[in-house]
Amino acid sequence: MRRAIFAAVVTAVGLVLLLSFKPHDLAVAEPRSANAGPWTGDGASLGDDTGTMVDGDVTDTRWGPVQVRIVLSAGKLTGVQVLQAPAGTSMDVAINDRALPILDREALTAQSARIDTVSGATYTSDGYVRSLQSALDRAGL
Amino acid sequence: MGTVFSFDVRDGDFEHAVAEAVDWLHHVDETFSTYRPESVVSRLDRGELTLADCPPEVAEVLRLCDDVSRASHGYFTSHPDGRLDPSAVVKGWAIERASRILTRAGAVNHCVNGGGDVQLTGSAAPGSPWRVGIAHPLRPGELAAVVTGRDLAVATSGTAERGAHILDPHTHRPATALASITLVGKSLTLTDAYATAAFAMGHAARDWVEELEGFGAFAVTAFGATWHTGDFPELAILAD
Repeated sequence: MRRAIFAAVVTAVGLVLLLSFKPHDLAVAEPRSANAGPWTGDGASLGDDTGTMVDGDVTDTRWGPVQVRIVLSAGKLTGVQVLQAPAGTSMDVAINDRALPILDREALTAQSARIDTVSGATYTSDGYVRSLQSALDRAGL
Repeated sequence: MGTVFSFDVRDGDFEHAVAEAVDWLHHVDETFSTYRPESVVSRLDRGELTLADCPPEVAEVLRLCDDVSRASHGYFTSHPDGRLDPSAVVKGWAIERASRILTRAGAVNHCVNGGGDVQLTGSAAPGSPWRVGIAHPLRPGELAAVVTGRDLAVATSGTAERGAHILDPHTHRPATALASITLVGKSLTLTDAYATAAFAMGHAARDWVEELEGFGAFAVTAFGATWHTGDFPELAILAD
């Protein structure tokens, strides 16, 4: 049920991105090694990797290109994968380690039967959202 | 970089009201962004505008900042880096106002989530309270707790939000005792601002929130232990 609700919400509203709420500085204790290859979030348990895949636009950010892919099953959003994400700086690591899994989780757990939404300290990549929105538009969600 | 806002309206077609709420958030962004040199707040900070030149909501927000700063014994500040930056109040305040726009339009059961800070109005379904997962700050992909209820505000502050850069205004050093702290109240404006102050306080936040009427707190410490304030029936802890 909630899956349909989430998809409908995305359809009606899109995702609102506001710069004023951007965090100031980011510090990550232990940079992960650079990974230019596909980055698929925090594990398969979060999303369904089988189903129809729709790629979002490659969006340029000041940290490098970002591209996501959405996974649809029976017309419902069931997974979000990151095809490209910047790597190499602490900012990139912060995006990869924090924002992407959290947004992924927000998108997916919001659809589970037990949880309506997620509260957590987050920030999100502008490029990620734009690529995600383009994929959602392309999928007609 | 920015924050994603999502709207979840449970009954009926309120596309028009959601569009109005989105317009409101864009207006707030243009007025209060410290990242836009031409925003009202940036110009106010540079002395190009006086408070009297600004839209009335600027004075309202600055008053709120002062209130929260007083209530938190200075652990909340509108000048975290020496510059005017009321963002920590603006976000919760803007979400609460967006939620009110929806309620006024008749969407009495909805959830507005702005980057993990949530205002919930009504219930998820008839007879079913809202269920809000609290992201575990140290274990990506896991929930640390679930908060359940009607007409709730839930806000979490933590290191994931600003790196290790929520400063303790008294020591000017990053607050490091907690990995995250979640405050639960009725309205998001104070709940969110208090969460920021509580994070800066560290463990002392426990006694502080106990004294606050109508708020509960749940914290995950830097070492992964958890604690919460007493009398918190909405809270179910999943991780220890």
